[in-house]
Amino acid sequence: MSQPNINVVRVGEWSARFRPRALAVVAGCSLVAVALGVLAIGAGAYPMSPSEVVRALGGAGSAADLVIVHDVRLPRVATALLVGSALALSGAVFQTLTRNPLGSPDILGFTQGATTGAMTVIVVIGAGTAALSVGAVVGGVLTGVLMYALLWPRGLHGYRLVLLGIGVAAILTGVNGYLLTRAEIVDAARAVLWLTGSLAGRGWDDAVPLLVAMVVLVPVVLGCERALRMMEMGDDAALSLGVRVERVRLALLTSAVLLASFAAAAAGPVLFVALTAPHLARRLTRAPGPNLVATLCMGAALLVTADWLAQRAFPGRELPVGVVTGLLGGGYLVWLLIAERRAGRI
Amino acid sequence: MSDLPRAEVDAPAAQPPPVRPSYGRNATRTIGLLCALLVLVLVLAASIAIGARQLTLIEVWNGLVDSGSADYSVVHEMRLPRTLLGAVAGAALGLAGGVMQALTRNPLGDPGILGINAGASAAVVSAIAFLGVSTFPGYVWFAFAGAAVLSVLVYIVGGGRGATPARLALAGTALNAALYSYLNAVQLLDTASLDRMRFWTVGSLASSEMGTVAQLAPFVAIGTLLALALGRPLNALGLGDDAARAIGVNPAWARALGMLAVALLCGAATAACGPIVFVGLAVPHLVRAVTGPDLRWALPYCAVLAPVLFLGADILGRLLARPGEIQVGVMTAILVGPFFVYLVRRRRVARA
Repeated sequence: MSQPNINVVRVGEWSARFRPRALAVVAGCSLVAVALGVLAIGAGAYPMSPSEVVRALGGAGSAADLVIVHDVRLPRVATALLVGSALALSGAVFQTLTRNPLGSPDILGFTQGATTGAMTVIVVIGAGTAALSVGAVVGGVLTGVLMYALLWPRGLHGYRLVLLGIGVAAILTGVNGYLLTRAEIVDAARAVLWLTGSLAGRGWDDAVPLLVAMVVLVPVVLGCERALRMMEMGDDAALSLGVRVERVRLALLTSAVLLASFAAAAAGPVLFVALTAPHLARRLTRAPGPNLVATLCMGAALLVTADWLAQRAFPGRELPVGVVTGLLGGGYLVWLLIAERRAGRI
Repeated sequence: MSDLPRAEVDAPAAQPPPVRPSYGRNATRTIGLLCALLVLVLVLAASIAIGARQLTLIEVWNGLVDSGSADYSVVHEMRLPRTLLGAVAGAALGLAGGVMQALTRNPLGDPGILGINAGASAAVVSAIAFLGVSTFPGYVWFAFAGAAVLSVLVYIVGGGRGATPARLALAGTALNAALYSYLNAVQLLDTASLDRMRFWTVGSLASSEMGTVAQLAPFVAIGTLLALALGRPLNALGLGDDAARAIGVNPAWARALGMLAVALLCGAATAACGPIVFVGLAVPHLVRAVTGPDLRWALPYCAVLAPVLFLGADILGRLLARPGEIQVGVMTAILVGPFFVYLVRRRRVARA
C-alpha cells in the first residue's frame, strides 16, 4: 500500500479502496443525522422520548404515537435528510466541475431558477405539490440551459461563472418578488414560507418525488466519482486516462441541476447547504477530490441539525430552516472569503 | 491634471486614466447635461401624468399650479410625492453607485450587489421590531448606521485595498444572504412588523407621502453635495495613492468621505423605498460612455440620469400591470439585471 491512509479490502475478485478517516466521517455524520432525526421526531407539542420514537418507528406503541410519528413528523425528518443530501451532492459536483469553491447551485442561480418555476406554478396555476415539483425542475433546468448559453463559448471556469450566477440569481430574485406580490393572499402566505426554505408541514407528498429522483440520480453521480476525480486534473489528463469527458460532464451537470431542483421543490430554496457541506466534508476527511459519499452524509446531518435548531432557537416560535442555514452559511461564506484570501486562493 | 505622472492602475477596466480636458469637450458635456435635465423633466411629467386616470401635460401643469383645478388633489396627494420620492431616491442610488465604483475601482459596484442596502434594511427592520420605531425620521438614522457598517464590512471582507471586483461582489453576496436571512427571521418572529415590511422589502414607491420626501431631501442633499465635491479627489485616487498625495489629496480622507457619502445616500434611499438593486450599477457605466472617466462630470450626470432610469422603471411597472403595479425594485432587477450579465460577459472583470 503506497498511501498509508488508504486501505483496500478484497472479497474474491472484488476489491474496494477506502480511507478509514473518510469512513469515520461518513459514520459520524450518519449518526448525527439519525440521532437528531429521532430527537426532532420526539420534539413538539406532543413530546415523545427517544425510546418511544424508536419503538414507534419499528411499528410498536400507542395508536397516537404511530400516527404522530409516521404521518406527521417522520415525513418532515425524511424530507430534511433527503434535501440535505441532495443539495450537498449537487454542490460537490458543481464545485468540482467548476473547480471553484464557490460554484454551488444557490450561488449560480439554479436554486433561484427552481424557485421561479415553483412560484409560477403556485401563483399562476395554483396547483398542488406534484405540479410544483415539475415547475421547480423545469425552472432549474431552464436556468441551467441559460447559464450554459451565457457562458458559451468559454466554458465553466473562473469567476465569470460565479459573477454571472450572482447576476442571474439577482434577476430571478426580482422575478420571484414580483410573483409574490401578484399572488392571492392564501397563495402568498404559502409562497412566503416556501421562499425562505422551510420544512414545516412537509408530508410524504414532498418527500416521495425527491426520493424517486435520488434513487435514480445518486447512483449516476456516485458512479461518475472516479471520472470526476480525474477530470479535476484537467480535461486532457482525464481524456488520456480514458474518461469520456464530455459525456461524463453532461451526465453530472444534468444530475446536479436535477438534484438541486428536486430539493428546492421539496423544501424551497434552502441556501448554503450545497456550498458548505462539500467544504466541511473535505476538511474532516482531509482527503482531496470530491468526497461524494461523505459530502452526502454531511449534507443530511447539516440540514437535520439546522431544522432542529430552527425549531428550538426561539421557544414557542418556529423559524423556517432556510433562515438558519442562511445566517450560518452567510457567516461561513464571509469567513471562507477571508480565509481563502489569506491563503492566496482567491 | 494633464501633466501628472501616470500611475499603474490595478483595474484598468474600472478606471481608465483621466483624459486631457478641452474647452470644446466641456461645452459638449454642458450641453449634454442640459439635455439630460430636459429628459428628466419629461420623465417627471410622465410620472405625474400616468396612472389610474391618465392626464395630459396641460392637465399636469394645471394640477401642479392651479389649486382650483380638478386634478389638483390627485397630483398633489398621490402623483407628486411618488414622483419626487422616486427622483430623490434614484439620484441618491445613482450617485452612490458612481462614488462606489470610483472608490473601489470596481465596475460591478452597486449598493444592492455589495449588500449596502441590505445593511440599511436590516438596521431598519431591527429598529421597527425591537425598538418600536415606526416613523421615517426615527428609522432613517438606523438606515445610515446599517449602510455605514456594511460599507466598511464589505470593504474589509472584500480585501481592503487589494479588493478585486469578484471578491467585493462575493463579499456583498455573502453578507446579503446572511442579512436577508436575518430580515426573514425578524419578520417571521414579529408578525406585526411582517405586514408593514412585506412590501417595503421588495422595494416600492407605492406608499410615498410628501412628508417622507421632505424628510429624505436634506440627507440626500448633503450626500449629493459631498459626492459632487469629491469628484476631484476621487479622480486623483484613480491614479493611485502616491499620485493622489503628490497633488495634495489625502487618500484616507477621500475614502472616508466617499464612504460617508455612500452611507448617507444609500441609507436615505433604502429607508424611503426599500432595498433597490442595480440602479447604482448601470447608470455610471452609461454615463462614462458619454462623459469619459472624469468624475467631476460623470457624477453630476449620474445624479440626473439615475432618476430617469428609476422613474422610468416605476412608470413601466405601473403601465405593464394595470390596474395594479409591479414594484419598482422588481422592475429594476428585471430591466437592469441583464446589463450586469452583459458586463460580466463582456469585460475582463472576472479575471481570477
